[in-house]
Amino acid sequence: MSEQPSGREKVISVHGLRRVFKSRKSSVEAVAGIDLEVYAAEIFGFLGPNGAGKTTTLRMLATLLPPTSGDATVVGQDLLRHPGEVRRRIGYVGQRGGADLEITGRHELVFEARLYGISRAEARARAAELIVTLELESCADRKVSTYSGGQRRRLDVGVGLVHKPQLLFLDEPTTGLDPQSRARMWDEVRKLRDEGTTVFITTHYLEEADALCNRLAIIDHGKIVAEGTPNELKRAVAGDLVTVGVTGDVDAALRLLKPQPFVREASVEGSELRLYVDHGETATPNILRLLDTAGLGLATVALSRPSLDDVFLRSTGRSLRESDSA
Amino acid sequence: MKLARDTGLVFQRYFSLFIHNPAWVAVGVLQPALYLLLFAPLLKSIARVPGFPAGGAYNVFVPGLLIQLGLFGAAGVGFSLISELRLGIVERLRVTPVSRLSLLLGRALRDVLTLFVQALILVALALPFGLSFKPVGILIGLGLVALIGLLVASISYALALALKDENSFAPIIFTASLPLLLLSGVLLPMSLAPSWLRTISTLNPFSHAVSANRAVFLGHLANPNVLQGVIIMGVLAAFAVWFAARSFGRAIS
Repeated sequence: MSEQPSGREKVISVHGLRRVFKSRKSSVEAVAGIDLEVYAAEIFGFLGPNGAGKTTTLRMLATLLPPTSGDATVVGQDLLRHPGEVRRRIGYVGQRGGADLEITGRHELVFEARLYGISRAEARARAAELIVTLELESCADRKVSTYSGGQRRRLDVGVGLVHKPQLLFLDEPTTGLDPQSRARMWDEVRKLRDEGTTVFITTHYLEEADALCNRLAIIDHGKIVAEGTPNELKRAVAGDLVTVGVTGDVDAALRLLKPQPFVREASVEGSELRLYVDHGETATPNILRLLDTAGLGLATVALSRPSLDDVFLRSTGRSLRESDSA
Repeated sequence: MKLARDTGLVFQRYFSLFIHNPAWVAVGVLQPALYLLLFAPLLKSIARVPGFPAGGAYNVFVPGLLIQLGLFGAAGVGFSLISELRLGIVERLRVTPVSRLSLLLGRALRDVLTLFVQALILVALALPFGLSFKPVGILIGLGLVALIGLLVASISYALALALKDENSFAPIIFTASLPLLLLSGVLLPMSLAPSWLRTISTLNPFSHAVSANRAVFLGHLANPNVLQGVIIMGVLAAFAVWFAARSFGRAIS
């Protein structure tokens, strides 16, 4: 469905990944067979409501949870057969972070680096580097319990990056952050991508998926329901919406505009004409001209772009905003 | 090799947390110290009762008290792991190449070190009361405490990883420790017990540790109880360590 970026290396390749959770009374299929590909140096997003299976998928790919069935190749290694090799090459930042409250940020960074076999001197140097990059100078030598939400999240990302992984998993990286911290985090993620790191991010925020991701997959009830670049997805589903408030005969306007080649769908709501068109910027002047020529008066015109919520709505029958109370 | 290096790193981390919070040493030693100061004196008169093991009240009580220290002191280590699970620390560490066994051993060794410090404090407190022992007794005694520490800490961690919640964890730990203590002969030797109670107590591995430690404190190394106690605790500790390391390998926050 989506265009294949040709000639680029695949960093993640997944086939039929499934995960079932069994409890005494029932079994839940959290991930119901997904296939996907992630390419080098892109930001790939998993967008979906809470409970869709995003975190479960991430945990499987990060070797935390064994799949019930299916297979995957992550950073060139077989996920099921060589999880140790996968671990050396990936970073993972969970929803809850992972830094101890009673330790300083600097110590956490150094400790993490040493777990990858990095020498103490190099670990210290690397920690110092990250502290500057992530703007943690003011708090690096204080206990994590004293950090603000934004500082904590930046430290968590630092801990995930300390060994310079090819691939970084970020599970809901900006949940609970104020807008300023969120914008900062987005800049960090973009910088990582520009430097060649592949980033796999999960989110339930539409704006985040739209703003950050090169490509994304929409996941609902454990299945991928749509996949592609944000623009592709939006265009495929809806096109731009031109809403015209007609003063004259609305039905006549409808009969005039519906058969036009650039109009995909047209409907009337009250005295408004709703037209889905391919390119709103070029369609709007055409619409105005046609209505004018036909002598049909118009009072208002509005142009809106489709959002990922429209995509989600179209793919799942629900609005992401309504289905998610977070 | 890697296991040693990883265990060293994990141990250092938990040791530095311990050093900055030495209050825990005092808290852990308080309960056994109270038994030493407020209960042990009552044994002086009972020590002459037939059936009470030879050696004197404190020489019989203190080795058992060290076993109690190991049991109760290490039982609660799971609480801190539950907090760590909640903070996402366990998940984060599992994504690194660190060995699962060292995630357990690094912590357990810190717990054993804590027990050593507490044991030495208790022994020092008992000296003025008339405790006497052979030096080899202390060494082997500490060895038994170490094995018990490894055993109980591993079980505590494995339980914490399985339950992930203080409200289910606490009752199990506290309910299980008491019968183990009462059936071990720490407070009063099992030789004073009716035969049915004595039989039940032989099923309790800790009662064997107590007998072993008592023999060792008196320097009776040839006593078969010694080897028996060490082997039983050793085997159980090895199994518990293996099981808990496995749990670390599968833990999800």
